[in-house]
Amino acid sequence: MTVDPSMTQISAPAPADVHVSLRKVVRTFVLPSGLPLHALGPIDLDIGRGEFFAVVGPSGCGKSTLIDVLSGLSPPTGGDVLFEGKPVHGVPDGVGVVFQEDASFPWLNVRDNVAFGLRRAGVDGAEVKRRVDYAVGFVGLNDFSAAYPAQLSGGMRQRVCIARTLVLQPRLILLDEPFGALDQQTRLLMGDELLRLWRETSATVLLITHALDEAAMLSDCIGVMSSRPGRFIDFVRTGWARDRDNRVVSTPHFGEITARLWDKLRTESMKIMGVQSPSSPGPR
Amino acid sequence: MTSAGWIRTAVVVAFVGVVELLCRTGLIPNTVLIPPSEMARELVSILEGGEMTGDIAATFRNAVLATVIAVAIGFAVGIVIQAMPALRRSVEPLLASYYSVPTFIFYPVFIVLFGVGDRAIIAIAVLLAVVAMITATLNGIDRIPPVLKKTARIYRMSRVRTALLVELPAAAPYLFTGVKLSVAYAFIGVIASEFILSGSGLGYEIAYAYNNFENRKMYALMLLVLLSVALINSVLDVIDNRLQSRLRR
Repeated sequence: MTVDPSMTQISAPAPADVHVSLRKVVRTFVLPSGLPLHALGPIDLDIGRGEFFAVVGPSGCGKSTLIDVLSGLSPPTGGDVLFEGKPVHGVPDGVGVVFQEDASFPWLNVRDNVAFGLRRAGVDGAEVKRRVDYAVGFVGLNDFSAAYPAQLSGGMRQRVCIARTLVLQPRLILLDEPFGALDQQTRLLMGDELLRLWRETSATVLLITHALDEAAMLSDCIGVMSSRPGRFIDFVRTGWARDRDNRVVSTPHFGEITARLWDKLRTESMKIMGVQSPSSPGPR
Repeated sequence: MTSAGWIRTAVVVAFVGVVELLCRTGLIPNTVLIPPSEMARELVSILEGGEMTGDIAATFRNAVLATVIAVAIGFAVGIVIQAMPALRRSVEPLLASYYSVPTFIFYPVFIVLFGVGDRAIIAIAVLLAVVAMITATLNGIDRIPPVLKKTARIYRMSRVRTALLVELPAAAPYLFTGVKLSVAYAFIGVIASEFILSGSGLGYEIAYAYNNFENRKMYALMLLVLLSVALINSVLDVIDNRLQSRLRR
């Protein structure tokens, strides 16, 4: 499938039960020099309830800005964000975010890190214990539950953050390159665990990643973003069964998906390299 | 103990041993320095006699009060300066060069303001300690990782809860550096002020013993100050190490 080059904005086929919507969302920043920076949009996007949606795009295309806007951390400059039909102003209830950077609390051990959100939400002690036990086991940190983040590897700390988000049972989970600090084998295993969790909770997941194979293996639908200002230039429906696992990587269809993603991204990534290369002639 | 720790202990023991030997053999006359063992013996008898208990209590009380006041004011001022970037940019160079000013030159001002006594002593000690705490507070707030504040927002925490449950513990290791420095400066401030504007306290008694040629008493009190400061510092170091070990590297 090719994209009509005259189209500036492509919409994903609207899902039956829309959970999250972006309507003409634009985000601009004012640089310290006073000049505006158009980071994102316009974006129109509908993500269905319970859908696993991945976003891939060249570096600096506004993927993290997309998470900030979706989670209500930073309001869009223009357009509307809707979560469960209601406009997003500030962080809504039921949204969990795993950030790209290590966000574990260094003064709390693994258990207390995972329990932090539950305690803030006033969940009673026995229930906190039950859910923390499950979440710590889920990310494979049972043997480290009394350890402090400084004693853990970067990948383990990121798993603490994943457990800390999952334990709150959010209805929308936003993941900003959560496996970036993990080695390839752990990535694959965590990917499977994420799929297992997604099946069990029926949460809607939006995963930002730069790994095309990760996006192709995990998602129902993949949105490909352009270089800045980030907009969607393609949507790929994978058609995987809900009970998929990492074995899909050996199917021919997986190869087709990644080939198509790469085909779209190559042009965008080259644009970025061309712009950033000091030897390239500037725009006239 | 680590090998560095053993060597450190050995250096101190050897130094004391050499001084003891030099005093005992008469190479250092007793009018200049008394043997460390004599200092210790005299210190024990002073402590048992109880004649200095009031002075010791006065010095410690003033140092503790000065520390508490300096930490509280320093923390509050640090937060205010941090909240106003323009103020911070103009004030920061002044804070950085603050310790090049010999604060003690202002002692007459404090006598005029507070009279001779505890209040003037505490004021000088606070003046000496407070800037270390301001600087530590600014540093601590700067070092709070932005992603932790974002996390607090995702948890929909109020501003006050974010400050108490996220920002304060995140800044704690840096704030404690300020507390440690404040304790040290407060002791220096209190004991040094007692030399010049007090009728009690360890500083006063050391000066008094010196003026009356009471060598043994003077050295015993010096030893007391050294031991106290070493003890306080090692307790603070234990807490500091605990906090530092939790920092990400």
